[in-house]
Amino acid sequence: MSIKSRLLASAMAAAVLAAGPVAAQEVIIGLVTKTFTNPFFVKMREGAEARATELGAELRAYAGAYDGDSGAQIEGIESLIAAGAKGILITASDPQALTDSIARAREAGILVIALDTPFDPADAVDATFATDNFLAGELIGKWAAATMGDATASAKIATLDLNERQVPVDVLRNQGFLKGFGVDVKDVSRMYDEDDPRLVGGQPTLGAEEGGRTAMETLFQRDPAINVVHTINEPAAAGAFEALKAFGKADDVLIVSVDGGCPGVENVRDGVIGATSMQFPLLMASMGVEAVVKYAQTGEKPQNTPGLDFFNTGVELVTDKPVEGVPSITSEEALKKCWG
Amino acid sequence: MTDAPASRAPQDFETTASRESAVAAFDVRSRTPLDRFQHFLHDYPTAAPIMVLLLSVAVFSASANNFLTAFNLSLIIQQVTVIGILGAAQTLIILTAGIDLSVAAIMVLAYMIMARLGVEGGAPDFLAVLIGLGAGLACGLFNGALVTRMRVVPVLTTAAATIALMTLAGMSLIWAAPIGLMLGLAAGGVGVSGRLPAGPAMEFRLPPFIATLGAWSIFAALSLWYSGGQTVRSQNIDKAAPLLKLFGQRVELFGAQFTLGSFLMIAIFMALWYVLNWTGWGRAVYAVGDDKEAAELSGIRTDRVLMSVYAVAGALCALAGWAAIGRVGSASPQSFAEGNLDAITAVVIGGTSLFGGRGAIFGTLFGALIVGVFRSGLSLSGFDPLWQSFAVGLLIIVAVALDQWIRRVSA
Repeated sequence: MSIKSRLLASAMAAAVLAAGPVAAQEVIIGLVTKTFTNPFFVKMREGAEARATELGAELRAYAGAYDGDSGAQIEGIESLIAAGAKGILITASDPQALTDSIARAREAGILVIALDTPFDPADAVDATFATDNFLAGELIGKWAAATMGDATASAKIATLDLNERQVPVDVLRNQGFLKGFGVDVKDVSRMYDEDDPRLVGGQPTLGAEEGGRTAMETLFQRDPAINVVHTINEPAAAGAFEALKAFGKADDVLIVSVDGGCPGVENVRDGVIGATSMQFPLLMASMGVEAVVKYAQTGEKPQNTPGLDFFNTGVELVTDKPVEGVPSITSEEALKKCWG
Repeated sequence: MTDAPASRAPQDFETTASRESAVAAFDVRSRTPLDRFQHFLHDYPTAAPIMVLLLSVAVFSASANNFLTAFNLSLIIQQVTVIGILGAAQTLIILTAGIDLSVAAIMVLAYMIMARLGVEGGAPDFLAVLIGLGAGLACGLFNGALVTRMRVVPVLTTAAATIALMTLAGMSLIWAAPIGLMLGLAAGGVGVSGRLPAGPAMEFRLPPFIATLGAWSIFAALSLWYSGGQTVRSQNIDKAAPLLKLFGQRVELFGAQFTLGSFLMIAIFMALWYVLNWTGWGRAVYAVGDDKEAAELSGIRTDRVLMSVYAVAGALCALAGWAAIGRVGSASPQSFAEGNLDAITAVVIGGTSLFGGRGAIFGTLFGALIVGVFRSGLSLSGFDPLWQSFAVGLLIIVAVALDQWIRRVSA
C-alpha cells in the first residue's frame, strides 16, 4: 500500500468513526529514544507500549545505537513519516541535528512531542514533556540547606557535574541546586561563574560511578572541608560516596542527586544519598501517547504548563529525612515508582 | 660471500677498488647536542615520559595548593590504576603494530560477568572472578582470530549453541552466557591441541583497527544484553561477593594511601617488563611489530605471536575489570565509556610508537601518571575542567610529534 493511500485510509477511518477506541485502532505512534539500553529509555518504552495497547494504538520504537547517534534517529523519523504515523515522541540526542527532519514530519501533519530533552527553540516541536530540571535541582538544594541549618553559612560545596560542555540538563540541575541552597548563581545559564566563597568547585563525571569517584577525590584534595555535594545523577553520587568512604568522611558529607532510578532510591534508603529528585520517564511516555491519540481524534494539541515553555511531568523529592517546607516522599514509597 | 682464496692473484676488477681508499663512509660529522639528545631518546624510550612527568610534578608543586603531598600523589596512582592496566594491555598490542579499540569494552563485559554471577547468580566469588577472567581471555582470542588465521567456527558455534540451548532450557542468562563462553573457550583449546577436527581455518587477517572497532561494538552490546543495562550496587557486592572488591582494599603507608589495585598495576608492569625484555616471546613481540615479514622469514610464527598477544591483552583487560570493581565500588555497564581512548592516550604519551616495534612498557605507566598529574594539578590550580581536556590533547600531539622526530634517527 502506498503512503498516500495509507494516509488516506487512516484519515477516512478517523473521519468516519469520530471517537472511541475503534478510531484509535489506526493510530501509529512513533517513539524515538536516544538508545534502547539506558534504563531511563527502557522504562519510557515500556510506559509508551503499555498505554498504547490500552488505547488500541500501535507503537513503533526506534533508537540510536549510542547516545549521540543522530543518524539512526533521523532514519527512525523518516520511517515513521513513511508509515503514516500520527505522532512522534522523541528524546533527541542532539536536537540541532534533528531540526530539519522534525520540520518535515510536522509538514506531513504529524504531531511531534519532545520527551525529556527540550528543543531550542522550544516551538521547533508541537510540545515538550519533560522534567523541570531546574526545580529538581532547587528541591535538593533547599533540602540540603534546611538539613544543615545554621551550618549553611559556613558550608563547603562541591558539584559533580556531567561534563565540561555546559549542556542544558547539567546546567539546570547545577544552577537549580545552588539557587535552592542559597548561592548567588549570577548567570543562570552558566555553571562555574559564581564567586560565593562556600563553593569549592565543580568537576565532570560523565554521569558514571568512576567519574564520580575521581571527581570527588580531586575536589576533596582542593578542600578537605567539603561537606555538601551535588551530583548530576545517582551513579555519580555512588562513586562520590566510595571516595568519601576511602577518606573516612562518609558520615560527614551530605550527598544529593537527581534521577529516581531504582538503584539510586535504594541508595537513599541505605543512607548513601541524602535526598534525590525523582523524575518520571514512564509518565512522560504514557502522557505523550495519550496526547497523540487525543490529537488523532480531535485535532487538539497539548498545552504547556503555565509559565514554562514545556509541560512539566513532575518531580518529587525522595528522602528518609524530611525537612519542613520541602514536600517529599520516603524511599519506601519511591521504590514503588522508581524506574530502571 | 666468502673471501677469494689467498693463493690466487687479484683480478683486474678487484684491484681497482683498493681497501685503503674509502668508497663510501657514514657521515661522521660531529654531533650537535640536539642530535645527541635525539639519539639518547631513541635509545631510552622511557626517558622522555619520565622527564615530562618529573617536570609536570615540579610545576604543579609550585603552582597548586595541596598538590605535593604523599596523600595526593598516592591518590593519583589510585586514579590511574584501571587505565594503567588497560594501557599495559594496549601497549602489548601496539608494540605489534596493531591496536585494540575494544579494551575497555572487554573490561566492562568481564566485570559485569563477575558482578552479576557473584551477586545475582549466587556463584562463589572466586568462581565469578575466574569466569570473568576467562571471558576476557575469550574476547582477546576472538580479536586475535580476526587479525590472524584461525579455526573459529567450532568455537563460535559451541558458544552460541550452548547459550541458546541453556536459555531455552530455562536457565537464566546470568549463567547461560558465561558457561557458553567457557565451553567455546574449551572447544578452542581442543582445536588448538589438534585432538579433534577443528573445522576450516578462516583466513581473516583483518586490519586490527577495523576488526577491533567491530569487536568494540559487539562486546559493548553483549555487556548491555547480559546486564540488562543495570548497575550492580556496591552494597550488594559487599554482601554477596566481597572478593570482587579485593583490589579496593586500602593500605596506608607514611601518610600515603594505596589500594591493592595500585600494587596489582605495578606488578603487572613489572611482569610485562620482564617477559618483554628477557624472554624469547618478548623479542618476538618486538620483532613482529618492527617488521612482520622479516620476523616470519627468520622463523618466528607470527600468527601464534599475534594470537598470544591479543589473548594476554584480553586477560589483562579482565584483570583491569576486577580492579575496576574495587576502585568504583559498583559495576555499571555505562562506566568507562572513554576508557579505551584514555588507554591509548597513556600508551602514546608513554612514548610507544603507533607504528610498532619501538617503545617500553613502563612508558605507558608514566604516560598514565602524566595524564593523572595534569588532571589533578590543573584542578587543584582552579582551572575550569575544559582545560584538562585541552592539556591532554596537547600532550598527545606533542608525544606523537616527538615520536616522529625520534624515529628519524635511524633513517
